[in-house]
Amino acid sequence: MDANKNFVVGIFDDEDILLEGVEKVRDNGVKIHEVYSPFPVHGLDEALGYKRSRLPMAAFLFGMTGTSLALTMQIWMLGYDWPMIIGGKNFASLPPFIPVTFELTVLLAALGMVATFMIVSDMKPYKWPRQFDLRSTDDKHVMAIDLALNAGKSKEDIKRILKEAGASEANDKNFD
Amino acid sequence: MQVVSGVRDPLVTGGKTVHDVSHDISRHVENPPAKSWYLAMAISLAVFGYGLYCVFMVLWNGIGMWGLNKTVGWAWDITNFVWWVGIGHAGTLISAILLLFRQKWRMSINRAAEAMTIFAVICAATFPLIHMGRLWLGFYWALPLPNTFGSLWVNFNSPLLWDVFAISTYFTVSLVFWYIGLIPDFAVIRDRAQVAGNKVRAAVYNALSFGWEGGAKTWMRYESVALILAGLSTPLVLSVHTIVSFDFATSIIPGWHTTIFPPYFVAGAIFSGFAMVLTLLLITRKVFKLEDYITIYHIELMNIVIIVTGSIVGVAYITELFISWYSGVEYEGYAFFNRVQGPYAWAYWSMMTCNVISPQLFWFRKIRTSLVATFVLSIVVNIGMWFERFVIIVTSIHRDYIPSSWTMFHPTMYDIGEYLFTFGLFFTAFLLFAKFFPVINMAEVKSIVKHNSENVGADKKVSEKQHA
Repeated sequence: MDANKNFVVGIFDDEDILLEGVEKVRDNGVKIHEVYSPFPVHGLDEALGYKRSRLPMAAFLFGMTGTSLALTMQIWMLGYDWPMIIGGKNFASLPPFIPVTFELTVLLAALGMVATFMIVSDMKPYKWPRQFDLRSTDDKHVMAIDLALNAGKSKEDIKRILKEAGASEANDKNFD
Repeated sequence: MQVVSGVRDPLVTGGKTVHDVSHDISRHVENPPAKSWYLAMAISLAVFGYGLYCVFMVLWNGIGMWGLNKTVGWAWDITNFVWWVGIGHAGTLISAILLLFRQKWRMSINRAAEAMTIFAVICAATFPLIHMGRLWLGFYWALPLPNTFGSLWVNFNSPLLWDVFAISTYFTVSLVFWYIGLIPDFAVIRDRAQVAGNKVRAAVYNALSFGWEGGAKTWMRYESVALILAGLSTPLVLSVHTIVSFDFATSIIPGWHTTIFPPYFVAGAIFSGFAMVLTLLLITRKVFKLEDYITIYHIELMNIVIIVTGSIVGVAYITELFISWYSGVEYEGYAFFNRVQGPYAWAYWSMMTCNVISPQLFWFRKIRTSLVATFVLSIVVNIGMWFERFVIIVTSIHRDYIPSSWTMFHPTMYDIGEYLFTFGLFFTAFLLFAKFFPVINMAEVKSIVKHNSENVGADKKVSEKQHA
């Protein structure tokens, strides 16, 4: 059986039942493909065993790029390329350069981080996502289990485990 | 684990379920708009059209069309600019600072407030752009681009240039923050359209949602992005009006040359921003029947922010007045004496009444929980905040050092027309937003339905009784 084609989909009505359900399903040795929710469920990432996102690091690096870019630009332009006496101040004096430096730090950190987020999450306007159940953006939490990755268990076993874990429905979903 | 306080009022009333949230908000996007929407749109477009004519005349003939003279070189344009930027502070403040403080009541108001922020900043930006006269050359004057004069670079020592960076960064980051919040909600509308069999709407909203699928991993990253954007936006919000106040504070004009300006301007901005949020939300709430999401409790909390910031502004006015006398600087003293007693005293006292006295009425619980009183006072506050900027700008410069050049400022129809232009722009944009975008952040509200709704309060009371 090919991976990423044949799934069993468990539908959970409530976020607290889902959180317990995820643990029960994983304790039964079933590998979960992903859980789709209409809103962020706190603690779900830990229950699924995901590592913390490194996006804060990306934001920091982009921010530092902004800081150094802004300082380099201002000091070079007003200090070296075309020095001008403005109000008798030094050509390259740091205090008046701080506002622009701050703004560019924030700008690059924000834009860089959001762009990174979109790239790693594969978000594109022309992409149609693979949807396991249309109710996953409305009010249901949808747990997808790839049959190929759980070869040791039969479809019926997985459905039984899902029901025992609190799922209100357990359906088949096949993609060709 | 979530701790639910029995003291706090519920944030979602009416026994709503998660599905009700999707339905109540999305249906305004799905159904054709009401007649009142078309009427409001027609009025906005008419105002916008008249404003556009005035803007065209100013661009064609030059800014001599305005009522400025040799003494008063800054008047309505900068007053309106500062007024709109101030209004543009509430949205990001609500979504960023209240997110960091974990204030859940932000969730049903942040979407509309952020939209308001973005449109207000666009309106604000039109004034400096038009003031440049030949705004198509503005890129060279305002941005550090190589040019044919040398390159002769922009002056990074000037607060006007800091403003360019502050406003454009604020606009961009607010837009991104707002859009990130919209993505999961666009996906809700897409999936409802798929169920209803509306392929065009599904395709459009799928593109708008960037193919959102809502997996746990994406949500985890999404929350991380939202938190960091909030952290970045918090100092950003405070920096924007600080830098706007530098436009005045770094000059040596009596009445402007004061170190109190940055905090005073920021408080005033939050004050006027919340007032505008209330004006808009009270109408949206009524028209869209969102009483269960934007409750009296939300309105009361916003009115409390108005009392706090209004009082800070009041203290700033009085401090300013006291220091002008206490400093012993003759010119500074005269600038304030002239404000209080001079030909523009009516503007000063309108400002004092609207901004300092009227918000104090919100100390009465009855008034701050009354929709009519809140609506009226929110408009009064915005009128007061316009007068504040007018008073600071025009009264400080209309009587300069040589009495022979003392003069008054009289706006022309083009000054007024350009102000109307921004009103038309603002309301047209807001009406389009209300029709095509979900006006409440569905994903966030859904996450609190279980723990902060009326049902929880009822359960809790029952369990408390059982314990007792």
